Amino acid sequence: MPDYQTFDHDVLVIGAGGAGLRAAVAASAAGVKVGLVCKSLLGKAHTVMAEGGIAASLANVDSRDNWQVHFADTMRGGQYINNWRMAELHAKEAPERVRELEAWGALFDRTPDGRILQRNFGGHKYPRLAHVGDRTGLEMIRTLQDHSIHQSIDVHMECTVLRLFTDGGRIAGALGYDRERGRFRLYRSRAVILATGGVGRAYAITSNSWEYTGDGHALAYHAGAALQDMEFVQFHPTGMIWPPSVRGILVTEGVRGEGGVLLNNQGRRFMFDDIPENYRAQTADSEDEGWRYTQGDKNARRPPELLTRDHVARCIRREVAEGRGSPHGGVFLDISWIRQRLPNAREHIIRKLPSMYHQFKQLADIDITTTPMEVGPTTHYIMGGIRVDGDSQMSTVPGLFAAGECAAGLHGANRLGGNSLSDLLVFGKRAGEYAARFPRESGAASIDPAQVEDAVRQALAPFERTGNGGGPYQVQHDLQQTMQELVGIVRTAGEMERALDRLAQLKERAVGVGVPGNREYNPGWHTALDLGNLLTVSEAITRAALERRESRGGHFREDCPEKDPAGARFNIVVRKGADGRMQLTREPIAEMPAELRQVIEEQK
Amino acid sequence: MTDTLKPDLAETGAVEETEPPRPHAEPQGSATFRVWRGDRSGGRFVDYRTAVSPGMVVLDAVHQIQAEQANDLAVRWNCKAGKCGSCSAEVNGQPKLMCMTRLSELPLDQPVTVEPMRSFPPIKDLVTDVSWNFRVKTRIAPFTPRPPDAPDGTWRIAQSDVDRVQEFRKCIECFLCQDVCHVLRDHHLHEEFIGPRFLVYVAALEMHPLDTGDRVEALRRAHGIGYCNITKCCTKVCPEHITITDNAIIPLKERVVDQFFDPLGKLLKVFSRREQP
Ligand SMILES: Cc1cc2nc3c(=O)[nH]c(=O)nc-3n(C[C@H](O)[C@H](O)[C@H](O)COP(=O)(O)OP(=O)(O)OC[C@H]3O[C@@H](n4cnc5c(N)ncnc54)[C@H](O)[C@@H]3O)c2cc1C
Ligand code: SF4
Ligand code: SF4
Ligand code: FES
Repeated sequence: MPDYQTFDHDVLVIGAGGAGLRAAVAASAAGVKVGLVCKSLLGKAHTVMAEGGIAASLANVDSRDNWQVHFADTMRGGQYINNWRMAELHAKEAPERVRELEAWGALFDRTPDGRILQRNFGGHKYPRLAHVGDRTGLEMIRTLQDHSIHQSIDVHMECTVLRLFTDGGRIAGALGYDRERGRFRLYRSRAVILATGGVGRAYAITSNSWEYTGDGHALAYHAGAALQDMEFVQFHPTGMIWPPSVRGILVTEGVRGEGGVLLNNQGRRFMFDDIPENYRAQTADSEDEGWRYTQGDKNARRPPELLTRDHVARCIRREVAEGRGSPHGGVFLDISWIRQRLPNAREHIIRKLPSMYHQFKQLADIDITTTPMEVGPTTHYIMGGIRVDGDSQMSTVPGLFAAGECAAGLHGANRLGGNSLSDLLVFGKRAGEYAARFPRESGAASIDPAQVEDAVRQALAPFERTGNGGGPYQVQHDLQQTMQELVGIVRTAGEMERALDRLAQLKERAVGVGVPGNREYNPGWHTALDLGNLLTVSEAITRAALERRESRGGHFREDCPEKDPAGARFNIVVRKGADGRMQLTREPIAEMPAELRQVIEEQK
Repeated sequence: MTDTLKPDLAETGAVEETEPPRPHAEPQGSATFRVWRGDRSGGRFVDYRTAVSPGMVVLDAVHQIQAEQANDLAVRWNCKAGKCGSCSAEVNGQPKLMCMTRLSELPLDQPVTVEPMRSFPPIKDLVTDVSWNFRVKTRIAPFTPRPPDAPDGTWRIAQSDVDRVQEFRKCIECFLCQDVCHVLRDHHLHEEFIGPRFLVYVAALEMHPLDTGDRVEALRRAHGIGYCNITKCCTKVCPEHITITDNAIIPLKERVVDQFFDPLGKLLKVFSRREQP
């Protein structure tokens, strides 16, 4: 008798963040039977934490904005290794996806004439982020959640997928377990959409939750799909650093968008000291101009605090390394200074950044309306992920789709703030539609019961082991330290070679990890099972980062600090080889059509 | 570049002075946490002694115990920043988000008790079965917008109209208000009463500037608004500081009264709704 329950769907969506929910709604609208699985309760996925906003060229605040400018900004931010087709579709479709959210009940902040208000964010030429104070993610996920519960979608909450099955190279289904009882569930499905988010838990300092263990990346990899751009991890410049228990928690870029400035311990606005050549023409050259930009002056250029995240994070690291940091090893982020410019600054800050105000007050005893915050870089996002077709979001495995943070392409070497929430909507919808079409176009696939039993056996193994290599938390902790120290913001070949050695040792330890207790809601067991995924993505990040011998976007090599023009012509692709080892190839980037090239030229 | 924006270092250094009053000193050394361990069939409190340091919150202590002493200790969490509403529990008997409860708020010379929300069936340790809440929501009539205002399919909404409902939309679904409401906690009227969280949800829909749905009849019958006797316990525990009783429940009660006991008022309301742009 099999030790699992079986469910049948046409489309199985794994993940209930913005991408998964939008995909499930789209697939369900296409009239197929949809299942939705997620590790946490509905509405708790990472998307709920997003703060700043959704990027879309609605042009409500600055009429000069349009898809062409958004496209060019995204490509410039991504240093031209983006999947240009995705960047094009994203820029064109994001406005419609945002308006659709409003039709489903989302309430964004308004312009004086009653339209959706948009705010400035790093790397976006015009004010482009639709937002609700600094809790945009909550508004978005709740809107999608409340909309989806009235579609016929079969939701499996607190259920973790462990393995994908293929049949003759095509996707056939997935095995998961429910956290509550630890029982296995087999999902048979003609199409599967991965919307599992990111990998931040591979690092010690991160803005990401326990869910971010790279499950989708690893599931796809082991099912034979290709990953790409794994060397590009985004370190957000402003995470909380004090007290220790909040280290890594995000401080939204919205603080800088509203006029917040970065200062070193000498009170110097150090971001003015290093402005990259390709952004010089768009950057303010005086503090006054920067301030006017944040207050909506269309003739002003953006302050250097709003340069791309990779650059700001490295500048902060430099200040700290050279002894100009704040007492706890970061720099100062000051919004309170706007008192000098605005009569009712305190109320203004609390209204524009309510959850930041609350977060600092509660967790750090700091009133951000009077006192500068201390901030430092934190692991935030992965640009790399599952390689997909730009239009359909299908991976290299037929029937397996990916959308949202776990998919690669849109953001290239560096993501612009706000481009993730729009990514989820645009490509969640596309993945849902194409996946719904896929089952109609293809017959049933079958799952080999021996494979299922193998997966079950492997999942239960930690209960049988004594755990001489240390418990699951110890191994996870050592893995996080390894990645933080050796494959962080600034990388060298030597350190990454060491990281690979340590990862190999950790792999040995991980297969020896034992857990106490039983299968019912046992976090020790869950953590032990996540280790394999964390190790897979960590190895992929490290190998890809070794392979890219230049610095570009989120990837900075101290031993090759320059950008190599040849580096703009390929993506690094990772696959599982026939021998079970990780294989890397450089895949040339397809030639951009002349009309898109022209758009980029015009926006230079 | 300039010195005018120098962070006021006196101010930065004076962080301690600007601290809101906390009844107890920043924690150091170690403290005892009396954690409820058990499952559906019952359980008991177990004491764990663990190291504490300045700035720590209850969830940090629970995680530390989980990593070092009790790998299988069950707890929900996601954001660790008060944004997702996963880590609800009762700390020293008070319904709290564990990630936002600083140890400096608690007397550490005595054991800190940490137990699951008591109004919901236990699953394991600090994790409870909150699925009832998700079922309740599906029974509430969904958002139904008026036709778009502009030819391009968009609406025009004043910021002030948005502000009015934003308070309710801040809800992170932590269900702490459901946990303390005596109608659910003591009288178990889960079938008759949707609880404060979902009254807030109905208020958000009813006061949404675009919504045209009418939930007043359902409020009175299916949603059981009459069971609420305005004790305000829900408002007191809401981590998002939503004034649940005064701003959501009382106005809804007024709507029910207007519609059912004031037919003329009801008629006028129907007209004024139609007149909206
Ligand atoms: C603090 C913070 C602030 C941010 N602010 C912004 C912002 O302002 N603007 C912006 O554009 N972006 C922002 N981002 C980034 C953005 O929020 C995320 O990239 C995005 O929400 C990811 O959405 P997703 O749908 O891909 O995945 P998620 O929302 O993370 O959802 C992942 C889902 O997959 C499920 N899952 C994972 N593994 C499994 C498995 N094995 N089995 C079953 N289910 C699984 C999870 O349970 C979850 O439901 C922010 C990120 C953070 C951390
Ligand atoms: S005010 Fe009403 S809803 Fe709130 S706790 Fe009291 S009885 Fe329950
Ligand atoms: S209303 Fe407040 S207490 Fe109730 S669920 Fe929402 S956030 Fe929690
Ligand atoms: S962990 Fe999200 S609210 Fe506490």
